[in-house]
Amino acid sequence: MNITATLIGQSITFLVFVLFCMKYVWPALLSVMEAREKRIAEGLDAADKASKDLELAKQKAAQQLKEAKEQAALIVDQANKRANQIIEEAKEQALLEGQRIKSSAQAELDREIARAREQLRSQVATLALVGAEKVLARTIDPSAHNDMLDKLAAEL
Amino acid sequence: MASEAPTSIEYIQHHLQNLVLGKLPAGYERYDGSVLAADTWTFAHSSQEAADMGFWAFHIDSLGWSVVLGLLFSFFFYRAARRATVSTPKGFQSFVELVVDFVNNTVKDIFHHKNRLIAPMALTIFTWVFLMNLMDLVPIDWIPQAATIVSGDDHIFFKAVPTTDPNITLGMAFTVFLLMIIFSIREKGFLGFIKEYTLHPFHTDKWYVNILLIPVNFILEVVSLLAKPISLGMRLFGNMYAGEMIFILIALMFGAGLLLGAFAGVLQWAWAVFHILVITLQAFVFMVLTIVYMAMAHDVPDEQH
Repeated sequence: MNITATLIGQSITFLVFVLFCMKYVWPALLSVMEAREKRIAEGLDAADKASKDLELAKQKAAQQLKEAKEQAALIVDQANKRANQIIEEAKEQALLEGQRIKSSAQAELDREIARAREQLRSQVATLALVGAEKVLARTIDPSAHNDMLDKLAAEL
Repeated sequence: MASEAPTSIEYIQHHLQNLVLGKLPAGYERYDGSVLAADTWTFAHSSQEAADMGFWAFHIDSLGWSVVLGLLFSFFFYRAARRATVSTPKGFQSFVELVVDFVNNTVKDIFHHKNRLIAPMALTIFTWVFLMNLMDLVPIDWIPQAATIVSGDDHIFFKAVPTTDPNITLGMAFTVFLLMIIFSIREKGFLGFIKEYTLHPFHTDKWYVNILLIPVNFILEVVSLLAKPISLGMRLFGNMYAGEMIFILIALMFGAGLLLGAFAGVLQWAWAVFHILVITLQAFVFMVLTIVYMAMAHDVPDEQH
């Protein structure tokens, strides 16, 4: 219980341990802890950023999807319109073509009729002549009766 | 404990005496009646001898245990510091980091100046004082008994808890005090340091009144200054000494029959559990007060006189 030189001994010991701690223990431990703190902070920041990026990407994807849908709808609409148009056009053309074919057929028919008539007309004389020959059982001079025959033919 | 059954008073006295190494003068009559022919360095064999050795004596047990425990702290923390990795801390490293973080936060809360010494000192104080206090939880007779067996001396004194020795606690407190004065002078300059102890707390605008106030201020300030290390050291010592006393008194009951012995066992257990709180708290208080004193030494007063 007496105050002795132990006091001085303990003071020196104390200082030695404090200096040792200050030089070899504290800075090493603290630097490691600070480095870890920094690393954790960086990790958290990165995670934050990543989640933000993800949110952004999601928004972007939704936006793009919406745009794509709109575009697709537009395209389908246009296609439908175009199809209708094409059908209309085709209808019109078909009608026109039909009419054309019809008219050309009519013309052909008319021509054919005319030709047949002409043929008939040209042959009627011969036929009449043959008929008359038969009826008359004699030969009639074609040149003598040409006028009459032509008149007949024209009447046909 | 001595081999022949000691009385309660002897037992208590034996437990409160340090192992003192000191010089006895020539012509001194030893405990066994022999007279020394010349000055001799020896271990004290009685409280009277220890007292007669005067100031230049060493408490080998307190110093030894404090050095051993300090080395233990230094070794383990140094090893942890060497092996520390930035990746996930494991085992002892995470424990060490927990302590370091705790101390660092405490220092940051109290001490707002730049000084590389304060935080390591706080860590050293906290762990070292805690370890020294922890010796109190070792059953009271184990270490002295071991010392008796090792030394072969039945009368050897041995106190295992360094912090129950006022030399140890005051030694640390006075070192803190010394650092406090050094830092105070470094921060405020010698003149500022002197002013702090002569022109406070009483101060007027007239210089001739100030001169009259200097002695009053000086006495007040010096008393409050000196009270700091003494209260710091005596607080720790008092708490640990009282705790040890209770352990000794409980230990006395072991010799008083089966029933009282069993009761003493329960009491000792309960006191030890309570003491875990006390030793941690006292280590913490010593650390915090040291930091506070250091902060006070660094605080330059706002008002300039």
